[in-house]
Amino acid sequence: MKVTEKDVTYVADLANLELTADERARMVRDLNSILGYIDRLNELDTASVPPMAQVSDRYGLDPSKQGSERFAYASREDVHQGLRKSLPHEEALRNAPESDGIFFKVPKVIER
Amino acid sequence: MNSLTIDSARAAIQERKATATALAESFYARIENSDPQIGAYLTLSKERALAKAAEIDALAVKGEKLPPLGGVPVAIKDVMVTRGVRSTAGSKILGNYIPPYDCTAVARMEAAGAVVLGKTNCDEFAMGSSNENSAWRPVHNPRDLSRVPGGSSGGSAAAVAAGMAVAALGSDTGGSIRQPASFCGVVGLMPTYGRVSRYGLIAFASSLDHIGPLTNNVKDAALVLRTIAGRDPMDSTSAEVPVPDYVAELEKPVRGLKLGVAAEYFGEGLDAEVRNAIEAAIQNLARLGCEVVPVSLPHTAYAIPAYYIVATAEASANLARFDGVRYGYRARGARTLSGMYRRSRDEGFGPEVKRRIMLGTYALSAGYYDAYYLKAQRVRTLLTRDFEEAFKKVDAIVTPTSPTAAFKLGEKVDDPLAMYLADIYTVTADLAGIPGISIPCGETREKLPVGLQILGRHFEEATILRLAHAYEKQVSGVRSRAPSA
Repeated sequence: MKVTEKDVTYVADLANLELTADERARMVRDLNSILGYIDRLNELDTASVPPMAQVSDRYGLDPSKQGSERFAYASREDVHQGLRKSLPHEEALRNAPESDGIFFKVPKVIER
Repeated sequence: MNSLTIDSARAAIQERKATATALAESFYARIENSDPQIGAYLTLSKERALAKAAEIDALAVKGEKLPPLGGVPVAIKDVMVTRGVRSTAGSKILGNYIPPYDCTAVARMEAAGAVVLGKTNCDEFAMGSSNENSAWRPVHNPRDLSRVPGGSSGGSAAAVAAGMAVAALGSDTGGSIRQPASFCGVVGLMPTYGRVSRYGLIAFASSLDHIGPLTNNVKDAALVLRTIAGRDPMDSTSAEVPVPDYVAELEKPVRGLKLGVAAEYFGEGLDAEVRNAIEAAIQNLARLGCEVVPVSLPHTAYAIPAYYIVATAEASANLARFDGVRYGYRARGARTLSGMYRRSRDEGFGPEVKRRIMLGTYALSAGYYDAYYLKAQRVRTLLTRDFEEAFKKVDAIVTPTSPTAAFKLGEKVDDPLAMYLADIYTVTADLAGIPGISIPCGETREKLPVGLQILGRHFEEATILRLAHAYEKQVSGVRSRAPSA
């Protein structure tokens, strides 16, 4: 699978990255090099091997249960040790690049 | 300063031979002296540190028993958030980010009396094996300033190695605690996945990230682990498994423990001097009464490709939140929201981060998801099964931590793939979620540290710590210290 500049442009779009022309050229080279190496995974026959999304399933999951109950190990009560206070407004806005004191301000969403 | 351990620092304060305040100040003096050449710290938290030190001193004055890390100066990798103290994850995109909350692991350290001196330098978003991807500056290995300290927890490893902290917290996703520990000649422990809460760890790859200690000796690593481990309701992947007293377990005998040696970790690419040091270390462990058993981990060669799909795919999702809206860098002059996202991210992220986001996005995109991401997850199962099979025959597996000792700064920056291959012995443990420790086990002719890695079963940190401690006791006094800067 060879990665083209068109592919890079499409993926950069998905990833919300405004790559410069230089970056795009470099990316085509790097991705091809890395993916070329990664292709060796195809040497392995994994047709009957289940995928592993994460480790904790191996020591928390309860296979005797159905549906979400299998993941009981990962859950807790909504209200745990009492209701906690929310982050105060000013603290939540403290790192905002631009704010009006109530909202985060951003450029217009709808492009005409 | 390198001879200070957690216990000796705390005891000195308890016995009123020293004060926590004076100790913190002496570490800051050392940092001022040595860090310009090393670059381990990004931010110093003097106000916070001295406030904690004063708190500990007040207890000591009253003759009250100090908590287990009372007055001990520690450093925290900048990927862990610290309330009110700038936390950048090594990136310009968070250059001025002041978190409103604390990472659980940090909070637990402070609750145990630790004095947080500051935040350490790291590869950007923990992506790297040399600390050369830090957006701020590279870190220099205290053992040889022309070389890398390893990564991504290079700052934490260097701080401990150079006596600029008694202990540090780092994070490990593909080897980022163990490999820099090995390059800098310190102890680095990656606990089992889920052993330590990830709440407050700026996420790189959520199924692979771990927090763990970097210390001067094994007992200190056990002490830190005991402090930070345990279920956290803020992290649903943190395990509901009781925390043993890792320190008490250290002195249990190792005679009779079976150590696995896998040929796949001793093949092509392993530096001859590293091989010799590791083989000598294994002989040492055999002399302590351990039985050395050959094992096979047949899918080892597929770990790096699987890792670079899984980790980058997860990273592409985790880093989507950095968009210039609520915090961090925002590009100026964007006329549309979309333009603001795209330019903020392209200007705020460094080249390695962008490379990995692109790789991960590609692997997850329509048409490629099955061929890459799903495939990598199936290989992850095979790798985990390799370990499960091996652990039916042995109690621990010993390997080199890294194929080479520390390389020169600049040596691998132009070849991303060559850099990735440095992780060959460490990524397998992250994929399987098993714990691993790296301990110093000798030097090359050029006096560069070599690290021995000991891997264990899930939640058997006590076993690998016990082995590491026994080995360390056996060879103590031989290890040389970092030269004073």
